[in-house]
Amino acid sequence: MQNILELKNIGYSYHSLHGETRALQNISFGVREGEFIAIVGPSGCGKSTLLSIIAGLLSPEEGTIAVNNPDGSLHYPKIGYMLQRDHLFEWRTVYRNVTLGLELNHAMTKEHLDTVERLLTDYGLDKFRDKRPSELSGGMKQRAALIRTLALEPQLLLLDEPFSALDYQTRLFVSADICRLIRAAGKTMIIITHDLSEAISLADRIIVLSGRPAVVKNEVAVKLTLADNSPLAARNAPEFQQYFNMLWEDLTHENEPNQ
Amino acid sequence: MKTNQINEQKVSSDKRTCKADKTTFLPKRSISRKETAELTKQEEFVRKHRRHHHEIASWRTILFVLFLALWEISADLKWIDSFFFSSPGRVVKCFVEQMKSNSMLAHIGVTLFETLFSFLLVICASLLVATLLWYSPKLSEILEPYLVVLNSLPKSALAPLFIVWLGTGTRTIIVAGMSVAVFGSVISFYTGFRQVDTEKITLIYTLGGSRRDAFSKVVLPGSVPILLSTAKVNIGLALVGVIIGEFLAARRGLGYLIIYGSQVFQLDMVITSIIVLCIIALVFYKSIQVIEHQIRIRFKM
Repeated sequence: MQNILELKNIGYSYHSLHGETRALQNISFGVREGEFIAIVGPSGCGKSTLLSIIAGLLSPEEGTIAVNNPDGSLHYPKIGYMLQRDHLFEWRTVYRNVTLGLELNHAMTKEHLDTVERLLTDYGLDKFRDKRPSELSGGMKQRAALIRTLALEPQLLLLDEPFSALDYQTRLFVSADICRLIRAAGKTMIIITHDLSEAISLADRIIVLSGRPAVVKNEVAVKLTLADNSPLAARNAPEFQQYFNMLWEDLTHENEPNQ
Repeated sequence: MKTNQINEQKVSSDKRTCKADKTTFLPKRSISRKETAELTKQEEFVRKHRRHHHEIASWRTILFVLFLALWEISADLKWIDSFFFSSPGRVVKCFVEQMKSNSMLAHIGVTLFETLFSFLLVICASLLVATLLWYSPKLSEILEPYLVVLNSLPKSALAPLFIVWLGTGTRTIIVAGMSVAVFGSVISFYTGFRQVDTEKITLIYTLGGSRRDAFSKVVLPGSVPILLSTAKVNIGLALVGVIIGEFLAARRGLGYLIIYGSQVFQLDMVITSIIVLCIIALVFYKSIQVIEHQIRIRFKM
């Protein structure tokens, strides 16, 4: 499958009067269309910085991020970003929240609004459209946030520890639910997580970053034998433990020199 | 509001048990006993809540009446000199006299108008300045020390300057009213804008919005509670400024009446005006509270 995004030798540093902190160094990987990639790494290693760079919120100090078209021009996919919390605005109804992106882009066209309608119906939020976000359950809020992101029809979705504000039980269901919906929508996804189980159960490929400055330490393609479609199925797959141990090794060996 | 919700839940659950009662023919007595037990617990809570409120309200009234009675009695029994300290009776008499001559209403009207006008100007001006400061962090960094100094300056010191610059009249008084409130409210508005969750602003950027969108979609609606609480403080401050202005540069208004009364040794007039000021301050505060409540209901905050 074709790459929709290529990162080549990305480097980034934070600057302060006390000196320079190298956050990312020489990061290169490609993202294939329809692929789910999880990025894991020790906390504070620069995962979120990397995602901000991919999202275009920060520009890399070194390296390039784009796809070369056959004609030599640069191509950049449309990106949707989901933050750590849903950030639905309490002063807007659910409907006005999910159409926020369209409103900001002056894209309240019939075509786009039809997409929103379809998503609202598909995700069971149709009857909550005039409610306030606080009247929704945690899972419903995440679905609303997903519709808000999908309304702009991005090709690549970036999720920055999107479920970390939820309690563990809700999180298991919601993360599986949201990822199922994203797959069904045929999108490509990059998710940052510090939860190894979540990474294994959701991703096709896991990119392991080292501690600061972050380099790509390992890339693991995940293939699980799934018994059924439940959120826990991946965690019960026979290969799950192997992957877990492998990632665990990667991350713990990382810490050893510091100790 | 909480109690209302609890009540509604209670009612709906009661209805449900009634329905179940009809269809399943459960023994009625046990259910009704359970219900009454639950209801009394709930009723007890409501009653306790109400009793508490009644108690507070009655103590407030008692305190007020006691104060008035003590004042009147000590004036009547010559414990205090009612020429200097007046008395409730004399205040009422003075008020009625002033009302008859129609001057009191005019004075109240002038003070009310000046206060409301300078309050509105303060809100508009400080919203504008705070917005500019939010748009340009550099500007806010440059202006910060000036704002801090101007805010901590005793504004009554400026009043004589205003008189020289603007003459004596409504204009001066409105400016004096504004000067007391405006710097503090710029600072509170700006602080409120800054406290808005930066992730919410990032969200706007990730959805393709501009800084202007971030302001109009997140910062402004997100700061409504702070805008309202600042408004509540400001209306009081505007009144302070207006009275200072009237002390120095007016021929009308309650501030003028107070100064005039003290100069001609009519302390009844002074105290009556002060009491009217108390009532005005209370009414202002309450009106903004009502508006705040309405907005909170409208936006379900």
